Amino acid sequence: MQDSKSPLSDRLSAPAGAGSSFGELRLDGVSRSFGSAVALAGLTMTVRRGEFVTLLGHSGCGKTTALNCVAGLLPLTSGTVWLDDRRIDVLRPEERGFGMVFQNYALFPHMTVRRNTGFGLAMRRLPRDEIRRRVGEVLDLVKLSAHADKLPGQLSGGQQQRVAIARAIVVQPPLVLMDEPLSNLDASLRLEMRTELKRIHRELGRSTIYVTHDQDEALSLSDRIVMLQDGRVQQIATPEDIYARPATIDVARFMGYRNLFELDVASVDGDWANVAGKGIALRGLRRGEIGRRAVVAIRPNDLVLDGGSEGGIVGRVEIVEYCGREYIVDLITDAGTMLQARSAQRVAPGDVLRCHASADRVLIYPVASGAA
Amino acid sequence: MAGSVAKSTVWIAGQNAGVDRTVLLVVPGVLFVILLFIYPFLYGLGLSFTPKEGGFAANYAKFFSTPYLSQTIWTTLSLAIPATVINVGFALPLAFHLRHASRPQRIISGLLVVPITLGTVLVAEGLLTYLGPQGWFNRALIEFGLINTPVKLTHNYWGVLMSLVVTGFPFDFLLILSYITGIDPALAQAAATLGAGPIQRFRQIYLPLLAPGLAVVFCLAFVLSFSVFPSAILLGNPASSTRVITIAAYQAAYEDYDYSLASAIAMIMCAVQLVIVAVVLSIRGLFYRGPAGGAKG
Repeated sequence: MQDSKSPLSDRLSAPAGAGSSFGELRLDGVSRSFGSAVALAGLTMTVRRGEFVTLLGHSGCGKTTALNCVAGLLPLTSGTVWLDDRRIDVLRPEERGFGMVFQNYALFPHMTVRRNTGFGLAMRRLPRDEIRRRVGEVLDLVKLSAHADKLPGQLSGGQQQRVAIARAIVVQPPLVLMDEPLSNLDASLRLEMRTELKRIHRELGRSTIYVTHDQDEALSLSDRIVMLQDGRVQQIATPEDIYARPATIDVARFMGYRNLFELDVASVDGDWANVAGKGIALRGLRRGEIGRRAVVAIRPNDLVLDGGSEGGIVGRVEIVEYCGREYIVDLITDAGTMLQARSAQRVAPGDVLRCHASADRVLIYPVASGAA
Repeated sequence: MAGSVAKSTVWIAGQNAGVDRTVLLVVPGVLFVILLFIYPFLYGLGLSFTPKEGGFAANYAKFFSTPYLSQTIWTTLSLAIPATVINVGFALPLAFHLRHASRPQRIISGLLVVPITLGTVLVAEGLLTYLGPQGWFNRALIEFGLINTPVKLTHNYWGVLMSLVVTGFPFDFLLILSYITGIDPALAQAAATLGAGPIQRFRQIYLPLLAPGLAVVFCLAFVLSFSVFPSAILLGNPASSTRVITIAAYQAAYEDYDYSLASAIAMIMCAVQLVIVAVVLSIRGLFYRGPAGGAKG
């Protein structure tokens, strides 16, 4: 009955091996140092069954290190990794049974697409017929059946990417690990593959840890995002939360809050605060305990040139860029603060205009040591 | 990169309507090869067919009908093939073990360059003393009570084989190391995450990708061993057990002054090498021979 809906995903995701019965993956204080350099400092997080979790951050933030620690390709300096109540950080990568998609795909150049895809099954010593059947199914899923007998070198980047995904998921791993799988693709193909990843994840429901530095990828794919910086967790939250309510000023900067400036705190009432200075007066949401001074963060999209007559920020237009639906406008205030805002109408450089941001889109952070 | 090179070539060529003048850059190289390789080779080939006496193939007939001469082929092969197998066979696991850039890799690579720079004569002289009846090797074995009388390792087959190993091994190691380090380590990592243990990773990933390179290393090592001359005289028994084909050619040329026969021996030597190389390279043809990287991206 229910087979008719999506028979393929049912078969591919059907609990068959011992690993499929897993509930959650737990990282407890996972740390990794290279010499005296700390790449990852005490990562503690949980991946629930079927969840898509993204490790997000700049290059060098420790996200790939974390993934390699989970895969078993890098030994931990300290900490533990648990699959339910089984400790796995002591296991070798070949004993963990996770599927991994590498940044450069790491397809075996001397094997056909079919043999590449079936490699994990062959290593598990499955009967030849079953390998052939399951490889056939997964190649259907990633739409590569027509290319099954080609070598990786004969495929385009996007097709290689699909082979890498097929090879990782065909073994029905309890966990799929992906290391920036889209970063080698051109922009339009990246969007297409992003949708493809989303579709495959929805059809198979495999728990996934995904590493990227691209906030759009993270927002569109993830159930939860783990924001890393300098090897430390900054925030673990849903895409919506991390977009609208970054925990720290660094997360805010990463998530596209380009307007960041320090002002005096005028008053605090509950979750709200009023800040002023440099000819600017704003009301916004308080993020953390603030003292006399605070940093204000506003997205360019939330700062609107609306020609109002009072409040907000007054600035002189420097640069105007048309970006389709509206204009991105760079402004400078009398006090010399640079701002980026948007405008529905064309404005001209040199115009002096007023812009506003609604209070719930203005975030007010404590002044961090060394913050901009 | 390649595109920009091609573009600049086109631009220079464009001045001369279709004739690419950069092609002229190969002229010195071609001249060099013609003057120093092809001409002497053809001259030797011609010389080998103008014997002192008898018909045009008399030298070849003489070589194959005189066991004293024709045996040298087997004598040489019995040295060159075991030496090559030993060298490649030991260099492969060592190079594989040292495939990750590390301090031991640098130290061992550095140490192994020494025998190459010393040259065969110096190595042969050193081995003559070291492996001789009063050398450290025999003394140590006697001191440890493993043997009572010195083992004879010089002026026979074993001395020459040792010298071929000492001079050939470093060369093979460095070549194989460069092939192995050219294989993307992510491939082995990917295989590991898919459940392949160390042995399977070596057999399924490294060996097939390495096979074409190993064939080339084998050919080079074999050709070097086959043309053994100084150590066969210095460390071996050039009158009988290590009378290799080069010695036969040398004696024909400089003791009997029969350049024609010497040339014929050189041609036979060349033919034997070509046969072995052809066999090895045709086996190589059975393997994948594309880039050993993960992908183009």
